[in-house]
Amino acid sequence: MEQFLSIGVNHFLTISVLLFSLGMFAVMTRKNAIVILMGVELILNAANINFLTFSKYNGGMEGVMFSLFVIVLAAAEAAVALAIVINIFKTFKTVDVSSVDTMKE
Amino acid sequence: MNELTIPIIFYIFAAVTVLSAAFVVFSKNVIYSAFSLLFTFFGVAALYVFLSADFIAVTQVVVYVGGILVLLLFGVMFTNTIMSTELKADVIHALPGTLLLLLMIAAMLFTFYTGGGWMPGLVQLQGSVVESIGLETMSRYMLPFEMVSIVLLVALIGAAYLARYDKAHKKEQ
Repeated sequence: MEQFLSIGVNHFLTISVLLFSLGMFAVMTRKNAIVILMGVELILNAANINFLTFSKYNGGMEGVMFSLFVIVLAAAEAAVALAIVINIFKTFKTVDVSSVDTMKE
Repeated sequence: MNELTIPIIFYIFAAVTVLSAAFVVFSKNVIYSAFSLLFTFFGVAALYVFLSADFIAVTQVVVYVGGILVLLLFGVMFTNTIMSTELKADVIHALPGTLLLLLMIAAMLFTFYTGGGWMPGLVQLQGSVVESIGLETMSRYMLPFEMVSIVLLVALIGAAYLARYDKAHKKEQ
């Protein structure tokens, strides 16, 4: 009972594991490119939770700064990936990644 | 009562985060996935507050909910017509994926809970980190800060270039 009431490292790591695994599952099994992007965002959020957890319980600022940079890179990644998805849709008329199998029109 | 409040709030936010993330992954409808992702991002922001990273939590709400989620919704609306059945996304490799999901969760949780436990440091982050973030950004993390701003600028210009309306290409056809 005691370990359920005092929130510690393991609680946050458990949530992070669940988010990471769900994101990995989306990346591996979904066909829609946009859902795959959502899976990547879940993975990045899981990594951020880990960074902040270890930063808090270690007392340093490294994890906090790194998670800021992760958020910025996630924004850049989402923008470029969506531009690519829109181009794929223009070319193939679908966002199903398993039917995108040629590099030339 | 007073010592129970914070764990209860934590577990509520943890449940919201994980359940809505599961809904994002398992829902067949892309629009439902996108809106469920909203709750995941808010839940994760609340967990950041528990980790005494309030600035990161606000950044999470502004960038993820205000930026990335809107971008994803635009992507969904651009690439699907609402009425078509194409909105439903199929699943491939469902069985190996499920096996890997369960194996990964089991292996990592086993490692965390039986690996001898984590030793928290003597000094832990307390209260607000906004001031220390400002100091660190302008001292130790000056170069990464400038580099990441250039990366963001280049990525956004590249994205706008990639997604633009292609006039020359249209004339060719």
